[in-house]
Amino acid sequence: MSFNGVDYYNIDDLFSEDELIVRRSVRDFVENEVLPVIEKHFRDGTFPEGLNRKMGEQGLYGITTSPDYGGVGANHTVYGLAMLELERGDSGVRSFASVQNSLVMYPIEAYGNEQSKRKWLPKLATGEAIGCFGLTEPDYGSDPGGMITNARKIGGGYLLNGAKMWITNGSVADVSVVWAKLDGTVHGFLVEKGTKGFSAPEMRGKYSLRASVTSELILNDVEVPEENILSIAGLKGPLSCLTKARYGIAWGAIGAAMAVYDSALEYSKSRIQFGKPIASFQLVQEKLVWMLNEITKAQLIAYRLGRLMDEGKATPQQVSLAKRNNVSIALEASRYAREIHGANGIISEYPIMRHSANLESVKTYEGTHDIHTLILGNDITGIQAFK
Amino acid sequence: MNILVCISRVPDTATKVVIGSDGNSIDSQGVKFIVNPYDELAIEEGLRLREKNGGVVTAVTIGTDKSTDVLRTALAMGVDKVILVKGEENPDSFYVAENLAAVAKDENPDLILLGRQSVDFDSLQIPSALGEILGMPSISVVSKLTIEDGKVTAERDIEGGCEIVEASLPCIISAQKGLNEPRYPKLPDIMKSRSKPIDQRDAAAAASRTSIIGMEIPLKQRAGKILTDSDDDINELVRMLHEDAKVI
Ligand SMILES: Cc1cc2nc3c(=O)[nH]c(=O)nc-3n(C[C@H](O)[C@H](O)[C@H](O)COP(=O)(O)OP(=O)(O)OC[C@H]3O[C@@H](n4cnc5c(N)ncnc54)[C@H](O)[C@@H]3O)c2cc1C
Repeated sequence: MSFNGVDYYNIDDLFSEDELIVRRSVRDFVENEVLPVIEKHFRDGTFPEGLNRKMGEQGLYGITTSPDYGGVGANHTVYGLAMLELERGDSGVRSFASVQNSLVMYPIEAYGNEQSKRKWLPKLATGEAIGCFGLTEPDYGSDPGGMITNARKIGGGYLLNGAKMWITNGSVADVSVVWAKLDGTVHGFLVEKGTKGFSAPEMRGKYSLRASVTSELILNDVEVPEENILSIAGLKGPLSCLTKARYGIAWGAIGAAMAVYDSALEYSKSRIQFGKPIASFQLVQEKLVWMLNEITKAQLIAYRLGRLMDEGKATPQQVSLAKRNNVSIALEASRYAREIHGANGIISEYPIMRHSANLESVKTYEGTHDIHTLILGNDITGIQAFK
Repeated sequence: MNILVCISRVPDTATKVVIGSDGNSIDSQGVKFIVNPYDELAIEEGLRLREKNGGVVTAVTIGTDKSTDVLRTALAMGVDKVILVKGEENPDSFYVAENLAAVAKDENPDLILLGRQSVDFDSLQIPSALGEILGMPSISVVSKLTIEDGKVTAERDIEGGCEIVEASLPCIISAQKGLNEPRYPKLPDIMKSRSKPIDQRDAAAAASRTSIIGMEIPLKQRAGKILTDSDDDINELVRMLHEDAKVI
């Protein structure tokens, strides 16, 4: 039986016709282009070859970017629905699209000069060019303000030095958005592939997001021209990008949760133990109901947040709540689904273990679960508990 | 080439169908509707023929105000124009065929494409009825189509093989799986299709000639049980035939 999503609260009635057509088309895309190959790539630790250009052609990059620069020009709800369907396929595939959309195209459109926008956005929209976002460093993760990577003004541009770690798509990127301190303040720079002194070796040994490339960025006296600096100063630059990406992740995680719930529900109805389908046992029903319940709440949070984003009213803290909640329940749902599948929960014939392993990364990147707790704690008490 | 594609709006094949309280219609509460999957093949074929030969592809549906979603999907896939004929809520095949014929007379297509059947009521009558009303050749269940110099060659799936049929334009083709692989609409095209007009017309045909008086959900098939030829299983088989099935 084909996947039909989860809609216990008739939330679909809240979407417009074109939003639902987008969802259907991305669902079909995932069914045809992602699901048949993803287990193999997850096992091999590779991003599916050719999928980048197919996603570009499908219009999955630059979803909220202006059509003047090759983008789709759609609203945030469309972006969210697309991320949900992609992550129903795999969190690594969704990560690729999140980075391209929110962490690369967004800052170039928002803070790049006209020349950079014309140069990069149309190519990033089709997937002809790939981008990455370098904020995290070996010694500065949750606390990016402490970053060591720095920029120095030189004649005609800037000289960058430092190192980034855990950078999605670093090794395959044509353009890297690198955050570095210039005179003690964080600034963003566009670093092109092949620039002298710049390298991006792939990191190996991940047990999570295996179908996604993760890299180090090494910057050794890298010279970038004057026009490659982004017009934003301070941590609010990278944080504004993260707000967009986290918003997409809040939707994406629902896709992973739906995938494991859908599989668990079907499995529980067909697996017979003690002469009955395991779905007839109260303990199994409780797990299924928990999943349905949390998915429904997550959908309502994401839906409302999407409309707030479009009205320009969403706060970063509201985005934190959505990312924190939705990823956490997706991970928990994957664990319940794992239990319901019994031994079958750990093999690649079912998508459970893959989603579960992936969601461990999703819970940590883009602000860990606990960091979002502190962001919200700060917001409601007025007392910051970071340091 | 002027191509008319006839499409219908059907419950998603993954939907669990519930019968309404009136006992003769499907309860649409919570049901997701989609373009009939066979009609997607018809749309795709129309688009491919246009890409090869030029021309215009028009999609039409006989429906209600709710049917705009399937027309928007057709626009997003790439058809040039769409027509909504507003008619009965639960029309029969003849009513739909008569209304399609009226649109065909106005649009004067060289080729009319349909799905082999709608997956909701599966009556399989419309392509043939339309051929009859319009006096046009109608080739059904086509899995391969070639059109050259006005000559149509169609391959049809028949039991255990395939039949090759020829006709000349104008003609009617109903699409079978295998005809092509329908494209899924791309996000930019979906956005662009939002501003395209939907040509709305009133139904031209007389009322449906049949009406549904009742619907029932098929009884759930019980899971099969596989027995081996061991002595135990043979005894079990005898017991089951005797006690459970009560046939011996
Ligand atoms: C697969 C993958 C892809 C990634 N892609 C990118 C990318 O593209 N670009 C990029 O810049 N980064 C990326 N990251 C990095 C990611 O954003 C960081 O891992 C994340 O910010 C956490 O940093 P850290 O790993 O250094 O953990 P740390 O900051 O060292 O945190 C370790 C633990 O301490 C807790 N902790 C830290 N500070 C506090 C505090 N004040 N109070 C309470 N608890 C605290 C954390 O919650 C966590 O549980 C990626 C990571 C992964 C795993």
